[in-house]
Amino acid sequence: MHLSPDQMIFWQSGVLKLNGTIAFTWGLMLVLAVGSKLITRRLSTDQNRSRWQNFLEIIVTGIEKQIEEVGLPHPDKYLGFLGTLFLFLATASVCTIIPGYVPPTGSLSTTVALALCVFVAVPLFGIADQGVRGYLKSYVEPTVIMLPFNIISELSRTLALAVRLFGNMMSGAMIIAILLTITPFIFPIVMTLLGLLTGMVQAYIFSILAAVYIAAATRTRKPQPAIKT
Amino acid sequence: MDSMTIIAVASIVIAGITTGFGTMGPALAEGRAVATALTSLAQQPDASSTITRTLFVGLAMIESTAIYCFVVSMILIFANPFWNHVIAQATGK
Repeated sequence: MHLSPDQMIFWQSGVLKLNGTIAFTWGLMLVLAVGSKLITRRLSTDQNRSRWQNFLEIIVTGIEKQIEEVGLPHPDKYLGFLGTLFLFLATASVCTIIPGYVPPTGSLSTTVALALCVFVAVPLFGIADQGVRGYLKSYVEPTVIMLPFNIISELSRTLALAVRLFGNMMSGAMIIAILLTITPFIFPIVMTLLGLLTGMVQAYIFSILAAVYIAAATRTRKPQPAIKT
Repeated sequence: MDSMTIIAVASIVIAGITTGFGTMGPALAEGRAVATALTSLAQQPDASSTITRTLFVGLAMIESTAIYCFVVSMILIFANPFWNHVIAQATGK
């Protein structure tokens, strides 16, 4: 029983290894990119549009509304990053239905990579919104003594993001693998359903937490000046 | 008992205890969180989307500690470095 898709090696030459994580990630990227390109080839704004376009619009407006509710006033700035996070993780979890597929988020490398993306994106959005000085001032926000604690909390919540996602996905895959060796057909199917549910919830949690961290970094401290008409 | 036996016994026992104790705290905390969320939903049904979203985020944060304990147990059982080291020594001899 393999602990992660890192150990399924498809092809190897010297130091380079094509393991399951990379192969499944590429597969997901292909599905998402090619699918979206095919659907958005002929966009229409009138009443008769394809149902796939409706489907994509539901997803995009849903994500935009969620980002707005978290407290980010212009969601289209953050929609690219947060929407991609959610769509990648959701697709990675839903495709567990396909036999022979192991979610690439069941490997610590994928989840750490995604958490590092969030770790880099939060200061980037914060600096873009408030300037370097304004963003750095937020680290000494209540008092200067809080500076090491704020830095430690940044690092630890990135680690928590990675380990939370990894633990949930790996435990789902492992429980199904163990049960397949013990019980007949019904029980592993029930656990697969539970794994799907937790996978979707974890995808939502990951993106919402990333949105909350970005909102905390871009929160304006001073009131906006009055707009004179 | 030689060191191999001690390592094996310690790993197995501690893996079980880790999962056992590690799931008690988060379960109690999540129960209290859901109970409070239900109370506030009953008092203000029109804030239900905010309450539900905050509830899920809070549950995920509480769940993290249980996941940490699970990961430690898995490492002790399947990827135990001390056990691998001792096995490598035993087969190398």
